[in-house]
Parts: sequence; structure tokens; C-alpha cells
Amino acid sequence: MRSLLRSRPTVVWILLVAATVCSLALFELSEAADERRLVSVSVLAIAAVKVRFIGLDFMEVRHAPLVLRIAFEVWLLAITVALIALYWLQSAVPVLAS
Amino acid sequence: MLWLCSDQASFAPGITVSVDGGWSQHEMRAQTTKRLPGEEGIWVFICGDLMVFSIFFIVLLFYRSQNLPVFAQSQQTLSQSFGVLNTLLLLTSSLFVALAVRALRCEPAPNRELATRLVGAAIACGAGFVVVKGFEWSAKISAGHTLSSNDFYMFYFMYTGIHLLHVLVGLLVLSLVLMVTRRPQLEPAAVRMVEAGGVFWHLVDLLWVFLFALFYLLK
Repeated sequence: MRSLLRSRPTVVWILLVAATVCSLALFELSEAADERRLVSVSVLAIAAVKVRFIGLDFMEVRHAPLVLRIAFEVWLLAITVALIALYWLQSAVPVLAS
Repeated sequence: MLWLCSDQASFAPGITVSVDGGWSQHEMRAQTTKRLPGEEGIWVFICGDLMVFSIFFIVLLFYRSQNLPVFAQSQQTLSQSFGVLNTLLLLTSSLFVALAVRALRCEPAPNRELATRLVGAAIACGAGFVVVKGFEWSAKISAGHTLSSNDFYMFYFMYTGIHLLHVLVGLLVLSLVLMVTRRPQLEPAAVRMVEAGGVFWHLVDLLWVFLFALFYLLK
């Protein structure tokens, strides 16, 4: 028998909630323009980590055939790099300049 | 203490089943063998949906970079509290579905009673998301922010609207899952249907995580 509270999905859920709270705290606490870039990149990175846990543990990609695991990891890495790069290169520059 | 699998005695009186270190036999098998949860078809759909949303996300950031002042100003009208509340509702709902799927894998008999309760709780959380989104949208619309106000609101209503459609379809799927878990007999095909429904519901959660970051938290 396994306790509901000690099962892996419950532990993952606690991490996901903690990550959500961290993201919100970063958003609320940052004011200075130069902080914004780091905060936004951190927020995107935290979102990617959350998505990875949801995929691997809730959707059970961790125990799925290797091809699905690789496809998921490659997609997540690609979209995360694309979003962070797009934000970093274009979105944040005018904010810094102003 | 709540248990994922019911006491073995309640399923097979008089028969002792050896369970190692708190892991059910099925869970131990899952550690060593690779298998696809649900049906292949649901994964094809999920891959397609992830591709479409990936393009949505990139287009959003591209338009944001072209019009930063409007995006920054409009974002200040969003309520992070609503966003966080909805994130927590979907994460919790996803947890309940993940646990329900595992409860159905208990051996020697699935814990259908727990699975049914968990799916019911997941539906309640999903319905909560819809209610919160309804409040959020009506507050925005009554403040004069609509789809045609500016690019930010166009993307906001369009993307969260398409996501809300996913939530509504997901709730319908979970209602079907609930009917399955209540059946007296669970065939392997029925368990695969529950797994597929669960995977779709987790996709809804996964997409919201990115939407929440992109609309509510990006500075």
C-alpha cells in the first residue's frame, strides 16, 4: 500500500505549487529595469521546469517509449530556448534603452 | 492516512499479497518496462496541439517585441491573483487525475472508489477554473477591454479563449472518465480510455503554465 501523500505525483505537485509561488514572488519583487530581464528569463525557465514535471510525471512520459521521451525533451528545450531568446534579444532591449 | 490502494484484504480475503516497500506490483513493473499511457491517437493529437501552441507563443512574443509599451500597459490591468488561483486549480486538478489513474492500477483489484472520488474532485477544480476565468473576463470586458482594444487584448482573449475551449472539452472527457470508473468491471480498454483522458487533462494544465508565464508574469 502507498500513502496518497507520499506518492510521487503528490511530491511533484508540491514542487509545482512552490515553483508557482516563486514565479509570483519574482514578479512582485522586481522593480528596476535591469532586474526585469533576469526576472522574466527566470519566469520562463521556471515555467519550462514545471512543464517538464507535468510531462514526465503526470503524463508519464518518464515511463513511455524512448522516442516519445526524446521528442518531449527536444520540444521543451527548443520552445524554451526560442522563447527566452526572443524575449532577450528583442523584447527587453527597448525597456533598457528607455 | 489516505491510501492509494485499498487494504488487500478488502479485495481478496484470506489471500496474502506480497508488496515490496510500499510499491504496488504494477508500479514496480512501470519502473522497469516502457509503455505508452492511453492510446497512440491521443499522443498524435497532443503533438499537433503542442506544435500549434508553440507557434502561438512565438507569435505572441514577436508582436510583444513590436509593441512593448502597449503590452506593458495592458498587462498591468491583469490580475496576477486570478492567474495564480487558476494555476493552482489546474495543478491540483491534474494531481487528482494522476492519482486516480494510479488508483485504477492497484493490484489485485483497482481502487475504483478512490479513483471516482478523485476524478470528481478534478472536475470540481476544472469547473472552478472556468468560473474564475468567467469573473476575470467579465471584469475586463466591463472595464472596456475587449478583443479589439489592442494587440495585447486580442492575443489575451484569443489564446485564453482557445485554452478555455480545451478546458471545457477536458471537463467533458473527465465526465466520461467518471462514468468509466463507476463501472463494476474495468476492462483494459476502459483503463486505457481513462489514461488517455488523463493525458489530455494534463496537456490542458501544461499549456496553461506557459500561458500564465507569458501573459501575467513577463516584464
